[in-house]
Amino acid sequence: MSNLIMETKDFSFTYAGVDAPSLKKINLPIEKNKITAMIGPSGCGKSTLLRAMNRIHDLYPGNKYEGEINLYGAEGKENILNLKKENDLIRLRQDVGMIFQKPTPFPMSIYDNVAYGMRLAGVKDKSELDDRVEKALQDSAIWKETKDRLNTSALGMSGGQQQRLCIARAVALKPDVMLFDEPTSALDPISTGAIEELIAEIKKDVSVVIVTHNMQQASRLSDYTAFMYLGDLIEYDKTDTIFMNPNEKLTEDYITGRFG
Amino acid sequence: MNRLLLNKIILVLSTLSAIIGISFLFWILATLTYKGVSSLHLSTFTEDLVNGGIRNLLVGQFTMALIASAIAVPIGMFAGIWLREYSNQSKLASVIRNLSDVMMSAPSIVIGVFVYALFVAPFGSYNGFAGIVALTIMMIPIIISTTDNMLALVPKELREAGIALGGSKHKIIVQIIIKAAKVGITTGVLLSFARIIGETAPLLFTSANNQFFTMDLTGQFPSLTVSIYNLATYPDEASRELAWAASFVLTAIVLIINLTGRYMTRNKK
Repeated sequence: MSNLIMETKDFSFTYAGVDAPSLKKINLPIEKNKITAMIGPSGCGKSTLLRAMNRIHDLYPGNKYEGEINLYGAEGKENILNLKKENDLIRLRQDVGMIFQKPTPFPMSIYDNVAYGMRLAGVKDKSELDDRVEKALQDSAIWKETKDRLNTSALGMSGGQQQRLCIARAVALKPDVMLFDEPTSALDPISTGAIEELIAEIKKDVSVVIVTHNMQQASRLSDYTAFMYLGDLIEYDKTDTIFMNPNEKLTEDYITGRFG
Repeated sequence: MNRLLLNKIILVLSTLSAIIGISFLFWILATLTYKGVSSLHLSTFTEDLVNGGIRNLLVGQFTMALIASAIAVPIGMFAGIWLREYSNQSKLASVIRNLSDVMMSAPSIVIGVFVYALFVAPFGSYNGFAGIVALTIMMIPIIISTTDNMLALVPKELREAGIALGGSKHKIIVQIIIKAAKVGITTGVLLSFARIIGETAPLLFTSANNQFFTMDLTGQFPSLTVSIYNLATYPDEASRELAWAASFVLTAIVLIINLTGRYMTRNKK
């Protein structure tokens, strides 16, 4: 537990209008510049936990957070559950980016898609925008495919390209953490491979948390794995340990495909 | 055997019904074109009603419909945005949504009577403003429902993606969500404009009609549709011919606006 970027402490989460919490006292460390995978059957709460890490749940009123989620950012330790003002939440989301299951390009040009977040963050200088857009597209391995059509609509790209564009868009903000919510489940195997390579590549700059249904993906990609079941964190350890030699019977049953 | 027979009977019945329905449409269009075009002259467009033309009527009808749109489109759009983006689907929102739907199917003559009581009776004369108010009232619920429905088609992931990039809610709505729904909303605006430009009942006793060219909205205001209603009841041949010509022009306008709207949706989606 040496080099943390984030951690949840006794974190519980209850959706609006529901009595029982969907997450129960979760204690999960997120290591810096590592990839942490969250696995578990549908409804286990892994996406709910991921979506708490950038407070995207706040879009819908009435949800309840309890406990702590600490972010060890540039300004030191901060419990993100204490953030109240919209400006603070905006800052949080610039530090903690998110990629969704379905690619979500905005209805604008490729360039504007990547520049959008930076413009929101107040970057106005045209040459700085140009540089950072190019850098982000290069870092996301789609510069070659896009450099001649930066001003065409992003909606004309293939699904895999769109997803890499979304990653570029998030990387451009230089976040501390990137959250991936099943980023390849809507993509074909080739695009999936490209996205996985990309995630492995960006971990030198950012810490990654990825929710996946695909256990090969978790074992290929991640350094640490958390197994969740029915709102509880059952087991967290190095990925090798979880897949080769898990402590819990439940983890072993899930990994070997006995349920889920 | 029985099933095959039933299948054939239903096929014949539905084909027949479709042919009957469509043939009425073509009958109307054919009659309108035949009678309308033969009554149409260049002077129809250059003269006012008093001299046997429809120039002032076209200008009057468009003036009222355009001003009504200028009021109804922003109100309806903001209401639709509130319903879909800000109301959190509360009780109040569902009440407003239902009321708006009821308003949409309210008989237009009832809206005319309502506006008459409010804006005509107290002033003692028909006036163009009253006509604009009536058309605005007709248009608002259509715009609300279009905006609401088109925004509903924008996937919620797009909103979340915008927020996740560090956007504030209003920026995401203005810069991304409305952009994503732009084609649908524009089409809705066009179609609702086509709807009110052809309305007669709300104008009948609000703006009434004027034989002369005028831009004075405080008095009786020229209207194409009300004129068609009046002219068609006159006994002389010239008036009825003008009614045909006016009907043809009105239908052409509505058709063109409708087709433009449909063309836009087909191409941009």
